[in-house]
Amino acid sequence: MMAVYRRVFGIGLQDTFVYRWNFVLRSLFSVIPLIGTFFVWRSVCEQGAGLSEYNLSAIVFYFVAVMVVDNLASPTEDEWRIAAEIREGQISALLTKPINHLAYRLSLFGAYRFLYSLVTLPVVGGILWILREHLQLPQSALTWPLFALSVLGSALLQFFIAYSLAMLAFWILEVSTLIFILYSFEYFLSGHVFPLDLLSPRLQAALQWTPFPYELFFPVQILLERLDPVALQRGFCMQFFWVCMMGCTARLLWMQGVRKYQAAGG
Amino acid sequence: MLRYLKIYALLLRNSLIREMSFKANFLLWTVVEVLWFFGQVLFIDVLFSHIETLGDWTKWQVVALVGTHQVVAQIFQAFFYVNLTQIPELVRTGKLDVYLTLPVDSQFAVSSKQFGVDNLVNTGIGLAITAFSLSKLGVVPSVGRVALYFFSVLLGVTIHYSVMFSLSTLCFWIIRAQGLIYGYFNLFNIGRYPDSVFRGAFKWIFTWVIPVILVANVPTRILTGALEHPWLGIAPLALTSLLMLLFTRWLWLRGLARYASASS
Repeated sequence: MMAVYRRVFGIGLQDTFVYRWNFVLRSLFSVIPLIGTFFVWRSVCEQGAGLSEYNLSAIVFYFVAVMVVDNLASPTEDEWRIAAEIREGQISALLTKPINHLAYRLSLFGAYRFLYSLVTLPVVGGILWILREHLQLPQSALTWPLFALSVLGSALLQFFIAYSLAMLAFWILEVSTLIFILYSFEYFLSGHVFPLDLLSPRLQAALQWTPFPYELFFPVQILLERLDPVALQRGFCMQFFWVCMMGCTARLLWMQGVRKYQAAGG
Repeated sequence: MLRYLKIYALLLRNSLIREMSFKANFLLWTVVEVLWFFGQVLFIDVLFSHIETLGDWTKWQVVALVGTHQVVAQIFQAFFYVNLTQIPELVRTGKLDVYLTLPVDSQFAVSSKQFGVDNLVNTGIGLAITAFSLSKLGVVPSVGRVALYFFSVLLGVTIHYSVMFSLSTLCFWIIRAQGLIYGYFNLFNIGRYPDSVFRGAFKWIFTWVIPVILVANVPTRILTGALEHPWLGIAPLALTSLLMLLFTRWLWLRGLARYASASS
């Protein structure tokens, strides 16, 4: 059975390969906001008191790590494509095939992320090299496998959330607004714009129970080695919990949706 | 000129009718915008819980900046954004032919078909935020300053238009240019920050070559009275936006020349 999805992965690679120039353009353009962020935080850190938790190097390292995790684990167009397939009735063809749609889409997502990370490697490598004096390799060798595990968890979590949202296309015509509503939560609460530990303790405590920090902030914290063993265990438990929750939600919505689905003209 | 205005009024009316048939969606877009603002304000709040000023800007000046940035971006998106994003597709599929045969200027035709009403509502939200931060700052701008504010906002819209138009028009040379559309958002991402945090070549390029830093900063400085002489801000903004607009014209004509030769 695995062979089928390996094949889908291969097809996904071929399919996304035509977008390689888009990927390069995209990652080149994303350098501009990164430089903007750098200037803003430099101005923040230059002020007398500055930030107690982060100096400039730590902040730079933080945003570079955000970029890396984002490249590896964040779905870019998956939710749009899945929703479009449902809306336009293309899933009829898939329904007749003996494959699990969630696993099928997950394989395509994997292929897309893999190729994206590979194609944009020169750009990312260039950025890492330019900023090398701010970056610090992890002290403990254990950090790497833990980081890899948390990125995997983050990718699954983000994918399942995106997939669940796309499933709503079975019930409503236009899901793009809902995608953007969730996206604004993710953008600010997963640590994209500022490190979440700069928030007030009360807000931080509340955020820990939501899925958002485990999409981005948690893996980044691991790479920066800012978590003690207790926080690490807790984080992995919460991430695992949310991956399972969203995985089940995704599967359930699919099953309900297919029951409701009527292909136009079919 | 009058003929163009009449055509434009008709196009606006059509868009309004189309939008109003999707009311729920219309409201949800406003929700998205409000959430986005809350996120930005949260970010500013986090920053200013650690510092007093960013560059030479205080907290509520930065909020006014974010509000103004939104005003400019949303006016641009209301009138042009959707149309410009469709140019690559028109070129790729050859549907551009239809626009070329219309008895109006082709750049006008591709720039003006659709119009986003929800963006105008969001412009209102941006203005409200800006006004609120002015009250927090205790600044009451004169009528003249408000007029200059709106004038510089329009110049900013011109720059938004020129940047997006240039990116879209590159599709005459690069067929799969969707990646360039992200460029627009990435470029204007830095326009929300105070100009005084930027330095060196980066500042120079994004002030004089692609003046995204000026777009929101100049109007905000005019409104909050942070510029002694408003014209000191408006002059470079007017100059760069005029140059950029001429550049789009040149690029469009070059692109069309290439398009014609490609399809025959």
